[in-house]
Amino acid sequence: MGVNPVVHSGDPEINAAGHPGVLTTSLRKVLNWSRKASLWYMTFGIACCAIEMMATGASRYDFDRFGMIFRASPRQSDLMIVSGTVNEKLAERIVNLYDQMAEPRYVIAMGACATNGGPYHGLYNVVNGVHEIIPVDVYVPGCPPRPEALLHGVLQLHEKILNEGLPVRA
Amino acid sequence: MATTSPPAQAPDVRVVPDEQDRSSSHLYVSMGPQHPSTHGVLRLKARIDGERIVDVDPDIGYLHRCFEKHSEQLTYPQIVPYTDRCDYLAAINNELTFALAVEKLLGLEVPPRAQYLRVITMELQRIASHLIAFGTFAMDLGATTAFLYCWRERESIINLLEEISGARMLFHYVRIGGVRNDVTDDWLRRVRAFVDDFISDKLPQYHRLITGNRLFVRRTKGIAVLTPEDAIAWGASGPVLRGSGVARDLRKVEPYCGIEKYDFNVPVGENGDVFDRYMVRMLEMEESAKIIKQALEGIEAGDVMAPLPRRWKVEGETYVRTEGPKGEVGCYLVGDGSDKPYRLHWRAPSFVHLQLIPVISKGLLIADLVAVIGSLDPVFGEVDR
Repeated sequence: MGVNPVVHSGDPEINAAGHPGVLTTSLRKVLNWSRKASLWYMTFGIACCAIEMMATGASRYDFDRFGMIFRASPRQSDLMIVSGTVNEKLAERIVNLYDQMAEPRYVIAMGACATNGGPYHGLYNVVNGVHEIIPVDVYVPGCPPRPEALLHGVLQLHEKILNEGLPVRA
Repeated sequence: MATTSPPAQAPDVRVVPDEQDRSSSHLYVSMGPQHPSTHGVLRLKARIDGERIVDVDPDIGYLHRCFEKHSEQLTYPQIVPYTDRCDYLAAINNELTFALAVEKLLGLEVPPRAQYLRVITMELQRIASHLIAFGTFAMDLGATTAFLYCWRERESIINLLEEISGARMLFHYVRIGGVRNDVTDDWLRRVRAFVDDFISDKLPQYHRLITGNRLFVRRTKGIAVLTPEDAIAWGASGPVLRGSGVARDLRKVEPYCGIEKYDFNVPVGENGDVFDRYMVRMLEMEESAKIIKQALEGIEAGDVMAPLPRRWKVEGETYVRTEGPKGEVGCYLVGDGSDKPYRLHWRAPSFVHLQLIPVISKGLLIADLVAVIGSLDPVFGEVDR
């Protein structure tokens, strides 16, 4: 568990064997820990990378180990994995889907196309990287990235979430 | 059987408007582009009456990546990896089509060992592609288990192909003039072991799991019937055409890579419904395994690359087609004597099959639409290109 427990040294009863124990931590840490441990991602396969995303979710690489389950609706998901080339027609839809996701929401740009257009960089109709339309948290390079690379990207996102502050009330 | 009958009159399909017509009781439903069962970024504009589909119109273009126009700026060897990204589930078959087209214009003779390797890899790729078609189709109908099972076998194929090409999906293995790397005898032995295991153990598992399942049969039998006449009139090819009972396989009709030497059958369906299209794919995997076994026995030593010209002067025009896992993959190529094509047109089977959705899904329940899409097995990389 990513929480640093603070042991009450002044209370010997708590530290005794068999006692259920008390853990003191900050709300920020508990929230971040639970968020990173149940990062549900949206099923939104766009192009070739989507097949590797499916491979990562399937039997061999198994996203479930990280508490990641795919959800079909943006309203139930925390993470959008942009897995493919974004073009002008799709860009509008991606912004729409991103807006529908509940906060806190995260975006992984998977593959060269989502990162900067990749092999299709600079062509008419192609958006040169998904960061031009929505904020991106983690970029995963590759064309397409191996499932290990995507898993590494997810672990990087976990690190990022663990170090987040509490949201400031406006 | 129906190959000789004249094409039927193309049915009239009305395009569903974006705007709702409030005067009728029909409801307009937009399905996609973000939908777990549309196999990519397909949007379906459906007009429904209660649960029944009155009209449906596919909306494509969400993955248009300028492939054809972009190709005119690239040299011939540079185009090969882009053809991978058309039908990304069957990269080898796409590379092969393009390589055959350029070889035809250049008059290149491909060494025999490369021919065998092309046959082995393209049939492995066909099995991998059909596995995905099967897995996602079953998952769309609610059987997630089948999806996980078929990925297990696909990973084995990917391991084999990764070893010789270095990539997991977009292999870039078949090059103009041959194939990229030679393979070892050990690799050939492992292909043999995989194929034997697949046929004797894995495929029967799938049949036990899905084919005989009553729920599955109820959801697929008699659904979305495509008559042979319609299939021909709408330009269907591959498993969709053969599911309707038309025994036409380009490997038999226009053989390439020496495939005429191999002994294999062309499975056909009877009714042309969703179940038949599924079953044709399952049976084709067996036939592919047969071809691979024969290729492994016949393979001979030698070069895998033909000597290539130092300066590329490709002239003339050609149309080359091969039997991809989805259907007829065609490459129309015009060369003007330079090292870049003057025009490249890609004939994508998925694109042609999408126009069947309005034809065969009228009057179905809206839940069956998912089964229809799954049985056509479209890939949007090649639909939109």
